[in-house]
Amino acid sequence: MSAFLTVGNLSAVLRGNRQRVLRSVSFSIDTGEVLGLVGESGAGKSMIGKAILGILPSAIEIIEGEIVLDGQDLQTMLPADRRRLIGATAALIPQDPLTALNPSRRIEPQITNRLVDILGWSKADARVRALELLNEVHIDNPERVMASYPHELSGGMRQRVLIASAFAANPKLVVADEPTTALDVTVQKQILRLIRDLQQRHATAMVFVTHDLGVVSKVCQRLSVLYGGKFVENASVPDFFAGPTHAYSRALLAATPKYTDPDASLVPVDEAVIEAVAAEVAAADEEWRHAR
Amino acid sequence: MLDGRGTVRRPLGARLWLSGCWLGIMALLALFAPLISPHDPLAQDLFAGRLPPFWVRGSDPAFLLGTDSLGRDVLTRLIHGARIAFAVALIAGLATAFVGSVLGLLAGYMRGWVDVLISRLVEIWMAFPPVLFAILLIAVLGTGLTSIIIAIVVIDWTRFCRVVRAEAMNQSAMDYVSSAIVAGRPRRDILWREILPNVLPTIVVLLTLEMGIAVIVEAILSFVNLSISTDAPTWGGMIAEGRTSIHQAWWVLAFPLGVLFLTVLSFSQFGEGLKDRFDPVLR
Repeated sequence: MSAFLTVGNLSAVLRGNRQRVLRSVSFSIDTGEVLGLVGESGAGKSMIGKAILGILPSAIEIIEGEIVLDGQDLQTMLPADRRRLIGATAALIPQDPLTALNPSRRIEPQITNRLVDILGWSKADARVRALELLNEVHIDNPERVMASYPHELSGGMRQRVLIASAFAANPKLVVADEPTTALDVTVQKQILRLIRDLQQRHATAMVFVTHDLGVVSKVCQRLSVLYGGKFVENASVPDFFAGPTHAYSRALLAATPKYTDPDASLVPVDEAVIEAVAAEVAAADEEWRHAR
Repeated sequence: MLDGRGTVRRPLGARLWLSGCWLGIMALLALFAPLISPHDPLAQDLFAGRLPPFWVRGSDPAFLLGTDSLGRDVLTRLIHGARIAFAVALIAGLATAFVGSVLGLLAGYMRGWVDVLISRLVEIWMAFPPVLFAILLIAVLGTGLTSIIIAIVVIDWTRFCRVVRAEAMNQSAMDYVSSAIVAGRPRRDILWREILPNVLPTIVVLLTLEMGIAVIVEAILSFVNLSISTDAPTWGGMIAEGRTSIHQAWWVLAFPLGVLFLTVLSFSQFGEGLKDRFDPVLR
């Protein structure tokens, strides 16, 4: 069976200095599978999600590679067709629930807009569906929440609303861009469980962007470690936690705080390891430039 | 802030209320000027020239705020002057807001060549000194209320354009706009339903400022005799006239000056008050 989403050899540059920010990234995801993208900040993990959904900032340009979604190559499609395809099959769970809902609109239209405008549902059907979804994300009083403005809801509530909204149109692919980073630890766990439950129930393919290896172990089947916009390791989650092969991944895993031993001091990633991985990325860059 | 009764209150009520009341009163006066004003604004009576206001010895109770050197009632002329000031403030303010906001929204949301074109135009436009530009425009268009309004719009649309463009750019970078794009919603719809409602508070604040500015510009142009006919009761015209007789009849200058000052101040304070009250982010 061919993968639902395939990203092949994707490279993107900053328009200004032509520096590569994504360096020949390749991966694929099957239906119902969750891929974790892990790396430190600035490694380009969110960028990959944005590239797939076509919401890269205008300063960044894709220069080569392909993104094949549901058998169709996004890079060769007309922009209007691409937007229609993404709108019909994909959804985003954004990072910061505080800025991801429009402050001057009520919750209801923010969930139902897509159903009514794009998919042609009736207002009443969309409303029923929205209530159902809010129930699914364990919101006790969905009627009241639908009539609220975002500033009347807590951060955790807003993230639930965003998750409900992402799953509203039964997407086949969801990009979760650090969905729990802006939440406090007690809420994080509930939200993660919610996302996983919904993902399993709807058999959604999912790209899960995070810097937290603990989160990856709970949600993902496979993961890719990024450094400087390049994949340094791809592995299945059990294999990875049994023993990562790349030195940088090992250092990253060692640097994760252990909940079983809260008194242990944190281990920073060794500078030598960083230098080595940076050199590796630079060498790959050189090779790539040569090949062009 | 705690007030005398010890309840927590937000310190924004007074500003909005005071400025709102003043503007409301002025607007009512302007609206019903012919019914309210005690005299004809143009009626001269040379025997009743330079009568002082009511609390000064030698005043005539028929002329509450005194008369000018031609014997015209100052109060009546103030009320009729409010008419012209508010007409200019409303029409010029709204027209400026409309032109500037539309261009600003387009530039900030579309980006690309549209943005380059509009932004360059704004920069070039702002290089002209505004007062000279206004006088030049009036010289070309001829004097009159319409010319003043056109001049204000032509000069001041850049103010809206720059601010609205920046705000639209801010909004475009928000996650809810990204989500709307991912959902495949049309650009027009995103601009209308996601961006505009969040830019609106800014536009309203700017609009009230602009109304104040319009009142001042009208007064300035009246002062230099580039507004409507010299006879007509405008605040600027009254100030110009009062200036010549300040030693004999200070009230001819002081009243229109005070009313002008309070009105312009109220416009700006009203805008600030509205912003504090209704900004969804500050709220």
